[in-house]
Amino acid sequence: MSEIDLETARKVAKLSRIAVAEADLPALAQDLSRILNFMEELGEVDVTGVEPMTSVTPMRLPRRVDGATDGDIQSKILSNAPDAREGFFAVPKVVE
Amino acid sequence: MSDLNKLTLSAARDLLRKGETRSVELTEACLRAIEGGGALNAFVHNTPDLALDRARAADARLATGDAPAMCGLPIGVKDLFCTQGVPSQAASRILDGFRPEYESTISGKLRDGGAVMLGKLNMDEFAMGSSNETSVYGNAVNPWKVDGRDLTPGGSSGGSAAAVSADLCLAATGTDTGGSIRQPAAFTGIVGIKPTYGRCSRWGIVAFASSLDQAGPMTKSVRDAAIMLEAMCGHDAKDSTSADLPVPDFESMLTGDIRGKTIGIPREYRIDGMPEEIAALWDEGADMLRDAGAKIVEISLPHTKYALPAYYVIAPAEASSNLARYDGVRYGHRAALAAGDGITEMYEKTRAEGFGPEVQRRVMIGTYVLSAGFYDAYYNRARKIRTLIKRDFETVFADGVDAILTPATPSSAFGLGEMADADPVQMYLNDVFTVTVNLAGLPGISVPAGLDKQGLPLGLQLIGQPWDEGELLKTAHVLETACGFVAKPAKWW
Repeated sequence: MSEIDLETARKVAKLSRIAVAEADLPALAQDLSRILNFMEELGEVDVTGVEPMTSVTPMRLPRRVDGATDGDIQSKILSNAPDAREGFFAVPKVVE
Repeated sequence: MSDLNKLTLSAARDLLRKGETRSVELTEACLRAIEGGGALNAFVHNTPDLALDRARAADARLATGDAPAMCGLPIGVKDLFCTQGVPSQAASRILDGFRPEYESTISGKLRDGGAVMLGKLNMDEFAMGSSNETSVYGNAVNPWKVDGRDLTPGGSSGGSAAAVSADLCLAATGTDTGGSIRQPAAFTGIVGIKPTYGRCSRWGIVAFASSLDQAGPMTKSVRDAAIMLEAMCGHDAKDSTSADLPVPDFESMLTGDIRGKTIGIPREYRIDGMPEEIAALWDEGADMLRDAGAKIVEISLPHTKYALPAYYVIAPAEASSNLARYDGVRYGHRAALAAGDGITEMYEKTRAEGFGPEVQRRVMIGTYVLSAGFYDAYYNRARKIRTLIKRDFETVFADGVDAILTPATPSSAFGLGEMADADPVQMYLNDVFTVTVNLAGLPGISVPAGLDKQGLPLGLQLIGQPWDEGELLKTAHVLETACGFVAKPAKWW
């Protein structure tokens, strides 16, 4: 039985970079606890010696030449930015 | 000719090739149906001008005799596919206003093959949901109705299912991470196939859980599924998991002959509380395949009960990583900031405003199961169980089973809003028969098989061997013919 307490819910929200109001934390903690409890039955399975799956199809990832394949598309890249200035993405001040 | 929007892809293709109709006429019929189908909330971004331009170009191409199978056929595209210059927002507020500068490989292949995109289709936000109720556009509505209640078309490809079922388009694209093509297909009485992982390029499709996501067609018949799937498949160097394998002529494999095939009936799928009519339909489906000359055997897939919890570790884990890119910097929504807010506040407020509650929950669950101290207990354990689930299938295939027959869903379509107070896990149970197929990377198809006593469609699922969509479609075609499902929803919209 995994119980997500308020402190854990607050921490998970922080790690996820999602603002959660203090008043909403109890409901969130309850939802997360229910979902995690649903996963508890995975603990019943004997997984000794079983490799965790990394690729569902047995194939090697292909390699390609490490070279530029396009370029000169600055305006396309910036066209959907919420705030673009002078050819850059603009964000709030990061360093004091 | 009237009601051109009601045609199947194959019938419309044949008429186009004989010169008995034109793509512009087909497209106009669909545009009229879309206009009259607003109550279904299936199409959320309409592109009538683009559609008519493409229809005229298709007619010109048909006139020269250069007509690939999809040329001139009007289809809908799920909002998860990036389409150049056309809003593509995965039904999320966080991609509000996003107009891609590029076209997804799949929608591009369809476009280049002459298919006519009518617009973008409703879905659950980031494909996370089984009822289309997590969409920023509001839910799509199932054209099938009982007692005046509005029912869900299923999810996440609910708009695609509603649009095809209501004849707003001839067919549509869908995507399937845990059942998102097959469950809505079953709820609306249409056909939906999820191909083998790697058959359809994922490039340009908004990512949910990359190791599980696959695109596929949602159509009015198995033949149509064969035609459209072939147009969507093929190797793409831009998706490193795309398979470099030849794509067969799927339609030519619909011979109707399944004599000698072995069909497995997995005993673990006979879950507690399965409605009697679904159990009966499943038995009837097995009888039909037996009558067609297949051998029916009971099989065991012992790790089935762990598939759903394993999926709800793996899919949110991958989602939490994939959705990290929505940060308000490069595209989509950015929250208004207060004085003194720095970049962390920008991320946190943007994501709180941009993601709906279900997406937030899954991102947080994913973050939790990947966090230090829990990674082995949850994520690695789930990946090991995924290995065991795949091994279950490999074992039965090695024992000579050609395909597996199961119900598609544990119920028929439920009422919109009915699950609002249920805990999130109740909604997850919708995927119980479909999710194993994604975990094992296999092809699966939902075929409409009958009506329940309320008069709502029910589907049966066939699961095939990897890369053997042709044989799977052949069996599905036999099942479709034997079921003889021809019911259509009574028009109320």
